Amino acid sequence: MTAAVAERSRVLTALDAVRDPELDEPITTLGFVSECIVSAAGDVRVRLRLPTYFCAPNFAFLMVADAYDVVSALPEVRSADVALEDHFASAEINAGVAARAGFAVSFAGEAVGELDELRRTFLSKAVLAGTDQVCRPLLAAGLDPAALATMTIGETPPSAQLERLCRRRAELGLRTDPSAPLLVDPGTGDPITGAAVSLHLGRARLAKVGIEANTGICRGMLRHRYGTTGAGEEEDE
Amino acid sequence: MYEKNGEKYFVVDSHMHFWNAGPDNWVPGAEQYAKGWIECFHAYQSLAPKETHWPIEKFMSYTEDDLMKDVFEDGYVDVAIFQPTYLKEWYTEGFNTTEKNAGLGEKHPGMFVLNTRFDPRDGDNGLVELKANVDRYGSRGVKLYTAEWNNGSRGYKLTDPAAYRYLEKAQELGIKNIHVHKGPTIWPLDKDAFDVSDVDHAATDFPELNFIVEHVGLPRIEDFCFMATQEPNVYAGLSVVIGGLMAARPHFFAKVMGELLFWVGEDKMTFGSDYGIWEPKWQIEGFVDWEFPDAPEFADYPRLGVEGKKKILGLNAAKLYDLKVPDELQLADAAPAAQDDAKLVTQ
Repeated sequence: MTAAVAERSRVLTALDAVRDPELDEPITTLGFVSECIVSAAGDVRVRLRLPTYFCAPNFAFLMVADAYDVVSALPEVRSADVALEDHFASAEINAGVAARAGFAVSFAGEAVGELDELRRTFLSKAVLAGTDQVCRPLLAAGLDPAALATMTIGETPPSAQLERLCRRRAELGLRTDPSAPLLVDPGTGDPITGAAVSLHLGRARLAKVGIEANTGICRGMLRHRYGTTGAGEEEDE
Repeated sequence: MYEKNGEKYFVVDSHMHFWNAGPDNWVPGAEQYAKGWIECFHAYQSLAPKETHWPIEKFMSYTEDDLMKDVFEDGYVDVAIFQPTYLKEWYTEGFNTTEKNAGLGEKHPGMFVLNTRFDPRDGDNGLVELKANVDRYGSRGVKLYTAEWNNGSRGYKLTDPAAYRYLEKAQELGIKNIHVHKGPTIWPLDKDAFDVSDVDHAATDFPELNFIVEHVGLPRIEDFCFMATQEPNVYAGLSVVIGGLMAARPHFFAKVMGELLFWVGEDKMTFGSDYGIWEPKWQIEGFVDWEFPDAPEFADYPRLGVEGKKKILGLNAAKLYDLKVPDELQLADAAPAAQDDAKLVTQ
């Protein structure tokens, strides 16, 4: 394997950490990375694509900026050229990310704040959806829903879903230690108890279904728009 | 009217269009948006069964004959509700305007409901235009496109004071139904433009109006459902749910239907084909045949029977718009309906 090929695989692995905030899935497996080229000298060129010309620019900005950050942070990378293609706001987004200008400056007059709050909103949804993924198999195996109200993270059977939920909770600043309650309000971190458990589980299921439906539509639209597989994309179910 | 297994369904297509998105209608200087918009719509069509796909040329500029055939002759629709979308910053004569729709409506009396629209950023002139449209076309509903660009503004919220002024005026003019479409938009860029919380506030403050959230607030189904469960006058417009998911993603379609039946209920869901994105024929046939997959993950969802499908496909919208439904297409009285439900639950 040449150095450049090895480095390309490192770049793609780094890009796996960049998620579509709304779909809560890596941009690589979603097929959003259309091009990833690494030169022998360590110059990286990444091109991103989205399902439609009008995909929300705030989410687009987050993904391009995050991609730029993870690629340029790699030790072997000399320069990072990361850009979004075929989008109505490509020019503003790419210029803003390249200049590390931040969102509000890139869209002066049309945005007044950065996107931290937006990111939090969608992380909260990801925590809710993750709660469904952890709890549903337990309930299917016969666990009494009431038992979930007092269950801690440490008492929850280990699973990939639980690890993922804990990572999302950590990003939101919520407790993930073994004695932390499994069911918490993603906004406040307060434990969910008693009669509130059933509504909470209902909302968790709803959040998961919402993300799944959006992902299904986005994948279908992307496939129609581009007939090609993205760099690092997994075959769809 | 659609008939299957001896059951007759009165069909109201509560969300459809007659647009011109061809290059002849693109605003000079805004061609990339006009083109990008219709290509985006065309990508949605790709989620339908393959044999119903159209080439982009037809998709941009389908004809009156296409519409009459697809919707009424082949498509089983009894009454179709036009939902105008102006987008005049991109399309010279508008994407699909009240006037263009009315041209067709006037040729075919009784087949169309002519909704109009307003934009709260149009000031006093917009109020005059709204009244003129209601007077001329008898509109009882409006389609609001909160993401529409207008003179440098890239969108608005229903909670804006100007929007409340328009909602008050609309109510005074006899408008009953507010169809709301969210996104895509780029303003305010740093906020979530798909957020449906403004509908929540407006629905509380205007209890006499019905708010039909088109595309069930996609991509914010979860926020929409949680809001609709609390607001008696909020409805789920099913366009995109059936067109975009039923054929392409049947598993997710079943889950979304399950959630909608659970949180919103079959009395507050309305069918819309979103023609010309999708033809109604396959949607109606597929929906009448549809049932939950036999798997434990769907067990908690309320069942949908023949009566519920009749409501969703037409009777709910007929009620919202006071449409006359022939006696033989009405639901049998409430008692048998309840028995039906009970039977389904115990099956």
